Amino acid sequence: MNRDLSRRTKLVLYGVLMVLAVPFVFPTWWMVTSSLKPVADIFSFPPQLLPTDPRLDAYQRVFELQPFGQQYLNSLYIALLVTVGTLAVASLAGYAFARIRFRGQNVLFLVVLAGLLIPSEVTIVPLFQMFFKLDLIDTHWPLILVPIFGAPSVLATFIMRQFFISLPGELEEAARVDGLGRFATFWKIALPLSRPALGAVAIFTFLHSWNLYLEPIVFLSSPDKFTLPQALTQFVDAYGGPMWDVQLAAASMTALPVLAVFVIAQKQFVEGLAHTGLKG
Amino acid sequence: MTQTDTRVGPAAAGPAPGRARPFWTTRRRDQLTGYLFITPQLLGSVVFVILPLVLVVWYSLHEWNVLAGSFDYIGTDNYAALADDPNLGPVLRSTGLFSVGLVVFNLGLALLLAVLLNQKLRGTIVFRTLFFSPVVVSLVAWTIVWGFLLQDNGGINGLLDTIGVDGPNWLRGEGTAMLSVIVVQVFKNVGLNMVLFLAALQGVPAELYEAAEVDGASRLRQFWRITVPLISPTIMLTSIITVVGSLQVFAQIAVLTQGGPGTSTTVLVYYLYQQAFQFHHFGYGATLSILLFVIVLALTVLQWQMRKRWVFHES
Repeated sequence: MNRDLSRRTKLVLYGVLMVLAVPFVFPTWWMVTSSLKPVADIFSFPPQLLPTDPRLDAYQRVFELQPFGQQYLNSLYIALLVTVGTLAVASLAGYAFARIRFRGQNVLFLVVLAGLLIPSEVTIVPLFQMFFKLDLIDTHWPLILVPIFGAPSVLATFIMRQFFISLPGELEEAARVDGLGRFATFWKIALPLSRPALGAVAIFTFLHSWNLYLEPIVFLSSPDKFTLPQALTQFVDAYGGPMWDVQLAAASMTALPVLAVFVIAQKQFVEGLAHTGLKG
Repeated sequence: MTQTDTRVGPAAAGPAPGRARPFWTTRRRDQLTGYLFITPQLLGSVVFVILPLVLVVWYSLHEWNVLAGSFDYIGTDNYAALADDPNLGPVLRSTGLFSVGLVVFNLGLALLLAVLLNQKLRGTIVFRTLFFSPVVVSLVAWTIVWGFLLQDNGGINGLLDTIGVDGPNWLRGEGTAMLSVIVVQVFKNVGLNMVLFLAALQGVPAELYEAAEVDGASRLRQFWRITVPLISPTIMLTSIITVVGSLQVFAQIAVLTQGGPGTSTTVLVYYLYQQAFQFHHFGYGATLSILLFVIVLALTVLQWQMRKRWVFHES
């Protein structure tokens, strides 16, 4: 469909694209601008597209009402740890399933792949019981261990395997002939070549952990252990009604840093996820 | 790295004549390395996926009262209770409505956006970035903003009011609540399917369109006869991902509607969460987990079967 277009068609296309962009862009715009408005102006009519009297009060109250700094740190360190752990587990397993021949390989691969068919919601009840027996409820361990070793890392392992299969094997064979052991071959030859796949896996693993909601609300109960998604819903008044300005300020602080990284590295995000991430 | 390390060199593969074959042949060492490499993932899968799946079956055969500390074998009573549960029908209906609505809106919009971005036009990268950006916005943050926009006196009704339309209370009406949840989810993740479609569209050879042009086929006809069949593997892939993903929706429901009004947005995962973690019916929660598993499994198998018939070619 790559044909030259007339000037008029181009104008129409730009118009359509701009209208279509509204529901993608406006919520983020509205979130940030509303968080800067005084409460009285938040539901003012007609809607104020720009705050007439911007202030940072709501941002201050976010930290007064919840241990938000701690919660931010919780989300960040959990997501980083899960990302590093998943990269290690998935690249090792992916490499072995792609390159090394061992007995029972296919059966073991199927056992691992079962994780793709079993949504984590199916196993949440027994997982809760397991961590309860281990006295690990209201700790971050379930949010770290399950994603690194359980179902969420299986997709990463699958993607790494597909990527290693697509790499030409000659370089590794030459290295092996030169006497390099399996681990050294993996570490020095295969892993550096798999940077695009590692990047894609890192991005979606980080986002998955950062967005997790069901697991934190099931496993955590004290506010200083909460992660960000859970913390965002805690800004309510005495009647359980949301304190919109504070919620939106907290939501802005959660969303904007990731959005900034995305805008800088959008090519890696989009193409990484499109080409390596899902086509494999 | 020279060839001095003969233990792993190819020479060690066969037994030297006249000498006992060493136990640690290259092949054995390699096998061991393979097992070591997969151990973390394999153990993790057994402990965090397979074992919980077995346990969930076991729990579903028990009456489990956490508060009273009782755990009694009751056979298939939980399944009988499931069949008699007056909420089951509405829950399955909500789940089905959400999945169908999501797949139709999501795939339709994703394909439309991909076709628009595939035109020879300056600045499509900017629009691609904009359409994709909600994918990286925290899910709960995105949901909260939409919840704010969808309030009775919120931004959307404010905008509607400026053009003289009196908007409904979106999250409190039975039909509009479901529609709202679907729309919020579509705009959040349609960017993912869009880039997959875009990659597929770029793989369609331009000669096919040129040939069709010569034959006088209209744009629309070209789209249905060339584009759609050639990208059908991607349509299949995205529909599988989207359907399975739609069955896992939870945060949006919990934040926007808490399953209401009534049970109109109580999807299966939300009902499971309520039963297990709000009412502490762990045995019944496990039974609902099995139902969810069976549905996901059936849909996946069905779609793989359909793929054989429906998809034009396999890339």
